[in-house]
Amino acid sequence: MKIHLPNSAFLGNIDPFIRSFDLLNPEKLEITANKHWISVHPVVLAMVAALGIKVGQKNILCEKFEARSKHYFERMGLFSFLNISSDIKINEHDSSGRFISLTQIKNSNDLTLFLTEMIPLLHLDQKQAESIRYVVSELVRNVLEHANSDEGAIMCAQYFKKSNRISIGIVDNGVGIKKTINQSHRAQSDLEALRLALTPGITGTTKKEGGTEYNAGAGLFFIKSIATVNHTNFVIYSGRAMYKLLKSKSKDIVLYSDPFVDNHSKDENFPYWQGTVVGVDISLDSTREFSILLDHIRDTYAKAVRERKKSKYKKPKFI
Amino acid sequence: MTINLFQEVGSFAENKDAARKIRLENIIPALNKNERVVLDFSNIEAATQSFVHALISDLIRKYGIEVLDMVSFKNCSNTVQKIIGIVVEYMQEAEE
Repeated sequence: MKIHLPNSAFLGNIDPFIRSFDLLNPEKLEITANKHWISVHPVVLAMVAALGIKVGQKNILCEKFEARSKHYFERMGLFSFLNISSDIKINEHDSSGRFISLTQIKNSNDLTLFLTEMIPLLHLDQKQAESIRYVVSELVRNVLEHANSDEGAIMCAQYFKKSNRISIGIVDNGVGIKKTINQSHRAQSDLEALRLALTPGITGTTKKEGGTEYNAGAGLFFIKSIATVNHTNFVIYSGRAMYKLLKSKSKDIVLYSDPFVDNHSKDENFPYWQGTVVGVDISLDSTREFSILLDHIRDTYAKAVRERKKSKYKKPKFI
Repeated sequence: MTINLFQEVGSFAENKDAARKIRLENIIPALNKNERVVLDFSNIEAATQSFVHALISDLIRKYGIEVLDMVSFKNCSNTVQKIIGIVVEYMQEAEE
């Protein structure tokens, strides 16, 4: 496999980066990077790290980073995560850091501990922390419960001062969304599986409305809703499909149960990702009251369940 | 019976395994003895929908919505109240 870290890859322009990913020779990973400047979303780092642990340190060939921004990758722990030497020296006491370096979370107790330690690292107050803690908990639990991967979840996050936002990337090398959803549904494609996974009340664990005693099928819908309300991007990529929630233009809060009705882009001709990749941005400027978001979620969720049940009603035959 | 959730899960109630354990080991045995249950959310800053779902959805499925006459929620913040409201509402929509 070959992966190239480009000059720029954030959620809005991540498509070319993903398309350039070369799947040939899956037992080896060759990492190359732009020689001048590299500025990427944490989800890109999490993807590289996930591929790296999949092939193992001995099978990674990483070219020497020359870009002026190379220190960022050292600071985010890319090289130590992959157990490869970089020769990049950084000031460990750099005060500008508001980030979570690459972290692997393999079980529920690790996650609980991580959530406690995460907020001070990002220097957030309680109100700002609410959505971010929520997003990380739900996404990582999804991986731990559904991905069926010994490697668990690989995540990192970064605060971007200029745009005053926190960007989060969470990636796994698991079974992927289609396999999980199709335990109870019949998605014909990776994209259809993403659509079902983002619809409130749909879970791979049961066909029944209301879910099981443990799963409701609401986690990804909540996260998409947080991004909608924050006017930020949200990307989910699994198998060959990628769904991208684009920043909503309207100032009014409107949530849709069908993700294909939201302002979005989608495609299912990307290189096959074995597992799931999620990237989300949370703006600290426009973090609306979480409780207002919950009012909208309640209305949209209940309506979706009602309409799905109604669509299954038998209809009279008029002859 | 009053169950102090903060003691079990800390200030951010998100651990679904802990929620299930509380339901199976504390709430259901109390309900089976016809005891009223108070879920005390004191000192809990936030909860996820997944946590609340794992805590109470199966009670509604097993005992019907009337279980809410036996289970009450104490000292909930505004957002925790709303998350409990969402779970109760979609479970009723699903079970009707």
